Amino acid sequence: MSNHFELFGLAPKYALDAEALERAWRAVQASVHPDRYAAAGAAERRAALAWSARANEAYRMLKDPVERARHLLELAGVDPRFETDTAMPEAFLERQLELREALAEARAARDAARLAQLREEVLAAARAREAAIAERIDVARDYAGAAALVRELQFLRRLAQEIDDAHAPE
Amino acid sequence: MALLQIAEPEAASGPREPRRAVGIDLGTTNSLVATVCDGVPRALPDEEGRVLLPSIVRYLPGGGVQVGYEAQAHQGDDPKNTIASVKRLMGRGLKDVARSGNAPYDFVDAPGMVQLRTVAGVKSPVEVSAEILRVLRLRAERALGGPLAGAVVTVPAYFDDAQRQATRDAARLAGLEVLRLLNEPTAAAVAYGLENAAEGVYAVFDLGGGTFDFSVLRLARGVFEVLATAGDAALGGDDFDLRIARWALAQAGLGEPAAKDARRLVLAARAAKERLAQQDETPLVCELADGRRLERVLSRATFERLTADLVDRTLAPVARALRDAGLSPADVKGVVMVGGATRMRHVQRAVAEFFGRAPLNDLDPDQVVALGAAMQANVLAGNRPAGEDWLLLDVIPLSLGIETMGGLVERIIPRNSAIPTARAQEFTTFKDGQTAMSIHVVQGERELVADCRSLARFELRGIPPMPAGAARVRVTFQVDADGLLSVSAREKSSGVEASVAVKPSYGLTESDIERMLRDSVEHAREDAQARALAEARVEGERLAAAVRAAIAADGALLAADERAELERLLAHLDAALPGADTAAIRRAADALNRASEPFAARRMDAAVRRALAGRSLADLDV
Repeated sequence: MSNHFELFGLAPKYALDAEALERAWRAVQASVHPDRYAAAGAAERRAALAWSARANEAYRMLKDPVERARHLLELAGVDPRFETDTAMPEAFLERQLELREALAEARAARDAARLAQLREEVLAAARAREAAIAERIDVARDYAGAAALVRELQFLRRLAQEIDDAHAPE
Repeated sequence: MALLQIAEPEAASGPREPRRAVGIDLGTTNSLVATVCDGVPRALPDEEGRVLLPSIVRYLPGGGVQVGYEAQAHQGDDPKNTIASVKRLMGRGLKDVARSGNAPYDFVDAPGMVQLRTVAGVKSPVEVSAEILRVLRLRAERALGGPLAGAVVTVPAYFDDAQRQATRDAARLAGLEVLRLLNEPTAAAVAYGLENAAEGVYAVFDLGGGTFDFSVLRLARGVFEVLATAGDAALGGDDFDLRIARWALAQAGLGEPAAKDARRLVLAARAAKERLAQQDETPLVCELADGRRLERVLSRATFERLTADLVDRTLAPVARALRDAGLSPADVKGVVMVGGATRMRHVQRAVAEFFGRAPLNDLDPDQVVALGAAMQANVLAGNRPAGEDWLLLDVIPLSLGIETMGGLVERIIPRNSAIPTARAQEFTTFKDGQTAMSIHVVQGERELVADCRSLARFELRGIPPMPAGAARVRVTFQVDADGLLSVSAREKSSGVEASVAVKPSYGLTESDIERMLRDSVEHAREDAQARALAEARVEGERLAAAVRAAIAADGALLAADERAELERLLAHLDAALPGADTAAIRRAADALNRASEPFAARRMDAAVRRALAGRSLADLDV
């Protein structure tokens, strides 16, 4: 499978230098973006489109804390079993249920301050998971341990998304 | 200050004619065309010196067409054949149009996109828009002295795939080579950023006649990066006019007006709204068809009260775009105001309050989008030397997904992803022995399919019978730099491959386009074959020049036999170009294109390696 880190000339690790990634992404786009080939032949336009799309997708995945972890696990040959393994520590699940109830109440009461507070709580929990994932993957090379944390992180990120959506009803 | 172009002293390519390229702002209320002359972007006027072309098309009995001011003059007396604000109908079905429920036209329900019954027959919004674009193309060709190499046509950033596809089809129908569909706020950011050498995070607040866009961008050294965009594709100055018109009817104790009166009243309302940008109160006068006269005084305070909720509706997308970009209002260095509707005082005030700073109004809100598009067209046409150009990195405004069990949406590409982009996802069968699979592509942010816009449905057949869950169907979504989607799918287990490419259901087919071209009035006057030959030649010459430049720059990437083959096909194309056989030119160009594909891919790989190598060195310098 293709290695997104290699594409940008970066070392594969979870604690990624976001600025270095962004600089590399811009450098790649500067040389392959379809606008650079608007006056070229059809073959070059197609090649530019394919390359540029691939670089954008790799950039999006490396920026996303869940996707980046998933990619590193895949590169290490570990199946994170996101879709099938839904076992979670009981304490984590209980906390999730509490947070969801609090979200439902705040949404029903249209309590913007409470929503903002919940968002901060969830994001803080997500940041703690990210630090722990970096330690598991980059230092301990404990991919199975990381996979469990990534599943929790995915839960938290979805909850944060729901809080954002509650802020702005369509 | 305008930017002047200064050539590099040792420019290797030598002087050459700049290619004729224009930027077109196809607006709800007005449209215009601009180009870059001697490094300065300027809008092109008509023969009477007017830059704006009202986006109004009138169909006459006998097949004649009036566009612009001529058509505008008949809005009140021939409303059913005089189509205004057609942009609001682009890529929209009868249901969407009926919901806004105020246009006086005879709508015809058609699959995908609504159509209009006129005295000249049933017209699609694509055809109506093409009439406007055709007038602008002819204006530009006259001003620039020859056929155009291409155009950048702007669209609201919040336009979905159906609306973009419709705009592209309209440009094609008008005889334009579309270099790029460019988002309106991004075009405005280019014009503002270059004019003011702006760096940092800027926002563009673009309230046009019928659409609202808000984009957040990071401007830095030759790169315009859109961080997030949001908007409302059915909110604009028109809605403010309607509020005034309804108020006036209620005040006068009148019921639903006839089509002619409705249009006259809206025009009077718009004029009153425009005066209120300067005055505290203004008379609103409208002659009705039966001779009665409606006369009221509208104060700015009343107007602002009537439309306060419309202004509020702009702020929700503003908040969402900022949140998607991970920014707060204080992070934004400046808010550039675009679109005639931003002249309203309460819109200005709402933006100032939200961001805690006065918005930027130093560009002409009617022209800035076209000027930015012209600058981008100039770059895409290759008229600026490398190093003096810039890069636009834009995003997709709405998430793309597919329908899964229970009518739920599985998001495949989230909104605000950088484009172009491509993403593959694997799906499997639900039942034993299942040999076909139905795939439904939708666009939108809601969880239920029913609440999103349906873009395409297609069936993948020929899956070999297998137990449930054993098939592996890989669906690839690709969004190009115009924000247009294409989807392909294939089943890849047991070595059997089935594949299908999707053309969205609302898009025009090749035969539709050909029929419309035949039907168009201008087409009767033009020699279609001569035009096709000229186009094939231009394309062929462009290709030959591009391949020669590629061989000169990166010939080392070719094996001797590959190079010989390219030279042979080049000679073949050269021989075909002067001839009058359009098909032969196209065949020779196609052959060269196919043969140069591996070379193109290798060149791209080499370009990336060079870019990353240069970056590492640059990083060491810091």
